[in-house]
Amino acid sequence: MSRVLLIEDDPAVREGVALALRRQNHDVAATATGEEGMDRLRAFRPDIVVLDLMLPGMTGLDVCRGIRAVDQTLPIIMATARGEEVDIVVGLEAGADDYVVKPVLARVLDARIRAVLRRASGSAPRAEGLPKIDTYGDLAVDRAGLTVALNGEPIALAPSELRLLLTLSASPGQVFSRQQLLEAVWEHDYHGDARLVDACVKRLRTKMSEPPRAPRYIHTVRGFGYRFAAP
Amino acid sequence: MRKRRLRGLRARLVVAFGLVAAVAAISTGALTFREARTGVLQQSQDATIRQLRAQLNQHATELAVPPEESALREFAKDVAATESQGSWRVLVTYGDRSGSSAPGDPFTEVTPALREAVGSSQATVFQRVRGEGRTSLVVGMSILFGGRDTAAAVTGVHVFLVVPQTTEQAYVDALVTAVERAMVVALALAVVLALLAARGVLVPVRKLRFATRRIAEGRLDTRLAVNGSDELADLSHTFNETAAALETSVAELREMEARARRFAADVSHELRTPLAAMSAVTDVLDEDAARLDPDTATAVRLISEETIKLARLVDDLMEISRFDAGAAVLHLDEIDLAESIRRTLAARGWTDTVATDLPPPHAVRGRVDPRRVDVVVANLVGNALKHGARPVQVRLSVGGAGAVIEVRDSGPGIPHDVLPHVFERFYKSDTARIRSEGSGLGLSITAENVRIHGGTVRAANHPAGGAVFTVELPLWRDESPEENPS
Repeated sequence: MSRVLLIEDDPAVREGVALALRRQNHDVAATATGEEGMDRLRAFRPDIVVLDLMLPGMTGLDVCRGIRAVDQTLPIIMATARGEEVDIVVGLEAGADDYVVKPVLARVLDARIRAVLRRASGSAPRAEGLPKIDTYGDLAVDRAGLTVALNGEPIALAPSELRLLLTLSASPGQVFSRQQLLEAVWEHDYHGDARLVDACVKRLRTKMSEPPRAPRYIHTVRGFGYRFAAP
Repeated sequence: MRKRRLRGLRARLVVAFGLVAAVAAISTGALTFREARTGVLQQSQDATIRQLRAQLNQHATELAVPPEESALREFAKDVAATESQGSWRVLVTYGDRSGSSAPGDPFTEVTPALREAVGSSQATVFQRVRGEGRTSLVVGMSILFGGRDTAAAVTGVHVFLVVPQTTEQAYVDALVTAVERAMVVALALAVVLALLAARGVLVPVRKLRFATRRIAEGRLDTRLAVNGSDELADLSHTFNETAAALETSVAELREMEARARRFAADVSHELRTPLAAMSAVTDVLDEDAARLDPDTATAVRLISEETIKLARLVDDLMEISRFDAGAAVLHLDEIDLAESIRRTLAARGWTDTVATDLPPPHAVRGRVDPRRVDVVVANLVGNALKHGARPVQVRLSVGGAGAVIEVRDSGPGIPHDVLPHVFERFYKSDTARIRSEGSGLGLSITAENVRIHGGTVRAANHPAGGAVFTVELPLWRDESPEENPS
C-alpha cells in the first residue's frame, strides 16, 4: 500500500491507470494538470509521483523540477512516449528516477513503482563488516542512516542517486558496467536503458559539486561504465 | 588505364594531326627535293659537258693521229689545266695506249661499260658514279674529225673526264636537311595544334564527366556552365535540363516519402493515448473475467489480448518509423553477449524451452546497444517458437566479422519463395493472409537493429531441416560519436 500521485492530462488514461493501480492496492490521487499536481503534493503527501511528460500549461519537465526544488527524495516515474529520446534524457536529468513508455500494462507500472519504493525505503546493498560511516576525502557516507555529507554539510539525494552512490562506494576501485548498475540500483531484470545510469551519475556529480571535466569521486570508464575512487 | 589513355581522344587527335603533318611535309619535301636535285645536277652536268667539248675542240687539232702516249698525256694535262680549280681528272685513250692528267691514277670510275659505250657511239656518254663516299660525274667522248659538210670520221681517241660533284652533293644534302627540319617543325606544330584542339573538346567532356559523377553521388544540384553554341554546349544544356528534372522528381519523391513516414508516426502517436488507457485496465479485465458469465468472460479476455497485441503493433510501428526517419540512435555499451542472450531468454521465460550453445562468461564481449541486441535475439527466438517447431537452439560464436548469433528451429523450414521476403514488413507467407500472433514487423525491426550496428542478418534453411537465422555483429569499434555521453 503506497500513496501514488498520478499526473496525467488524458481523462481515459488517468481513469484507467488510477483504476488499475487502486486494484493493485495503491492509494491513488489523480490530477489533470501539473499545477494541480503541485497543489496536491503537500496535502496528499504521496510516496511516489507518476508523471506524464506531455502536459498542457506546466509541462511534466517543469513539474519534475518543481518537485525536486522542494523535495529531493520523493521518487518520480516519468510516463512518456517511447523514443522521444530528448524527453527521456532531459526528464531523467531533471530528476526522475525511472521512466515507463506508454502504453504500459498496469502490472509493469506496478512493478516499477515497487522497485523505486524499495530503493527509497533504504534497503541499500551493504557489505558486512564495513564501518557505519565511510569517509572518502571530503565525502562522508552513512550506510546505516542513509545520509551523505560533503564537508560536513548533508546533501539531499534522490533514492536512485543514493543507492547508486552506496553501490559504487561499497567497492572503491571496482569498475561497474552500466548493466550491473542498472540491476543493482534499478532492479531491472531485463535490458534496461543505460541512459538511466548516465543521467543519474550526472545528477549525482552535480550534487556532489564535482568538476565536470575532472571528477574526484565517480570516474567514467569509457565504453564500459563507472568506478568510485577515494581521493 | 594506360591502354585506355592511349586510345583516348587526346592521343588519337595528336596521332591524326601528326600523320597529316608528316604526310604533307614528306610529299611536299620529296617533290621539291626531286625537282631541285634534278635541276642542280642537270645544270652542272650540262656546264661540264659544254666546257669539255669546247676544250676538246680547241686542243684536238694539236693531236696527231695515231698519237704517242706522251702526246696523250700532254693532251690530257692540257685539257685538265683549263679548269681553274684543278678538280678535273682527264684520261685519254687510243687503242691500248692511254695518258692521264694524274699519272698513276687507276681511274676506277671509268667502268668498262662506259669505255664500251664511248667506243661504240659517237654521242657523248656520261654517268654519275658513287664510290668511297663521294659522287663523281664521268663524261666520255670520242674525238671526231670532219668538216661541216662531210661525215665525221672516228679518230679512235677517247677522252674521259672525271669531275667530283662535292658542291652539288653538299647542295643536295642541304636540301635533305632543310626538308627534314621543316618536317620536325611541321610535326611539332601539328602536335601543338592537336593538343589545343583536344583541349577544346576535352575540357567540356571532362567537366561533363565530373558533373555526371557528382550526380551519381547524389548531388543533384550539380549544373554545368554552358559556353558557346556548339554541340558540346548543346550537350551541357541537355545535361543541365536532365539534372534539373531529376532533382525535381527526387525532391517530390522525398517529400512524398517524408509525408508517408510522418503519417505513420502521427497515426502511431495518436493511437498511443487510447491504448495507454486500455492497456492499463487489461489486468483488471482479466482478473474479473473469472467471475463473469462465460460469453462475457470470453469477450473480455478477447479485448484484453487484442489490446496487448495492438499495443505491441503500435510500439513496433513507432520503432519502424524511427528507423525510417533515421532517428534511431545507438547507445553503445560494452557487454558480455552470452550473458545478454541468457538474460533475454530468462526475461521471457524461455530458459527451459530454448537450448543454448554459449561460450563461457567474458569470452565474447563487445560494444553494442544492449536494448537492441535484446530485441534482435527476442524477435528471432520468438519467431522460431511461433513459426518453427521445438527444439529451438541459440548459438553464439566468434566469426571473422565479429559475433555470430545463430537461431535454429526444428520446423519444416522456410519455403524457398518466401526466403527473400522474410525481412519485409507485414510479409505473410500464406496467401490466405491469416493473421499471425506477431505484429508482422518483428523481423524487419530485427534487420534494422542489426543494420544500425553495421552487422548482417540472413535467413536460410538448415540441411538437416529447420530455419536458421544468422546474425553477424561487429564487436569492437572505435569510440564513435554515438556513444553515450557520460
